[in-house]
Amino acid sequence: MLELVRGRRLKERYALLWLATGVVLLVLSAWRGGLNTIAGWLGVTSYPPAVLFAVATLFILLVLLHYSTVISKLTDENVELAQRIALLEERVGRSASTAPRSPAD
Amino acid sequence: MSPGRIVAVVPAYNEAGAVGRVVDEIRAASPEVEVVVVDDASTDGTAAVAEARGATVLRLPFNVGIGGAVQTGFRYALEQEFDRAIRLDGDGQHDASEIPKLLEPLERGDADLVIGSRFVDDGASYRPPFARRLGIRVFARLVSLLGGQRVTDTTSGFIALDRAGIELFAREYPHDYPEVEATLVALRSGLRLSQVQVEMRERETGTSSITFVRSLYYIVKVLLALLVASLRRYPRLEGAGR
Repeated sequence: MLELVRGRRLKERYALLWLATGVVLLVLSAWRGGLNTIAGWLGVTSYPPAVLFAVATLFILLVLLHYSTVISKLTDENVELAQRIALLEERVGRSASTAPRSPAD
Repeated sequence: MSPGRIVAVVPAYNEAGAVGRVVDEIRAASPEVEVVVVDDASTDGTAAVAEARGATVLRLPFNVGIGGAVQTGFRYALEQEFDRAIRLDGDGQHDASEIPKLLEPLERGDADLVIGSRFVDDGASYRPPFARRLGIRVFARLVSLLGGQRVTDTTSGFIALDRAGIELFAREYPHDYPEVEATLVALRSGLRLSQVQVEMRERETGTSSITFVRSLYYIVKVLLALLVASLRRYPRLEGAGR
């Protein structure tokens, strides 16, 4: 995790989120007593570790949802950039063909 | 009302075989129109062909799809301050000789967006396969319902716009399977719509990219897009209705 953040491949805010979730899941899986208590509150009596899976799944779903919105936005921005590049290159091409030749040519 | 400057936006993806003819036809039928071919990162030299025929070419750095390509053309139209924009597809299905028909409602000041519809006069000579016809009618009914105005051909890309239309679509144009949603967006933004009967030709070269699975995906996707489009709020465009 630390390496990923240091290497700029993972933004700090996500690292924090993953760290926190990792800790919670780790603690609950190790501390059987706590897991049973929480399972009790939620009415899950037959198989307490199910709570662990539920939490992990929920977390994953939320992250995926978040990614979907990020990707959508990036896509739109990407398309706009492509369009503006196409327009700019055309404009540059036009002025290049009418511009006086520089001494270097 | 004099037409002012007109631009023909021609999106093309790997249509090197057909685009030359499209450009020629437009220039022959309406020489005052500037032809702008938007090359959606074709790999077959489409851009070169178009340029050789005298069209202005906008080259996209990577493929963005028909919606993005068409929007590029409208952005150009806005930037260059054209008064009218027409869209014809690069595969030759749209007939350049029908251009004056499309421009007419704009000249009269009756509309901001004109759609060349294959079904205005109840069918004329175009009889697509049953499933397709059903699909088109369903979408037409839906868009008519959601947009508040009778729309007959929602998948036609053969359209003409005035400045209000150019402004809207340059800013906002759906990227996936755009034609259906775009009509709805236009109506909800207060643009006045007019439809004229046109005939379209069969695709000249290349193959259509529609398969059965894609059709299914298309239907679901468009329904969803229409739902979203009908729920969003749209700023009223100033200049529409002029």
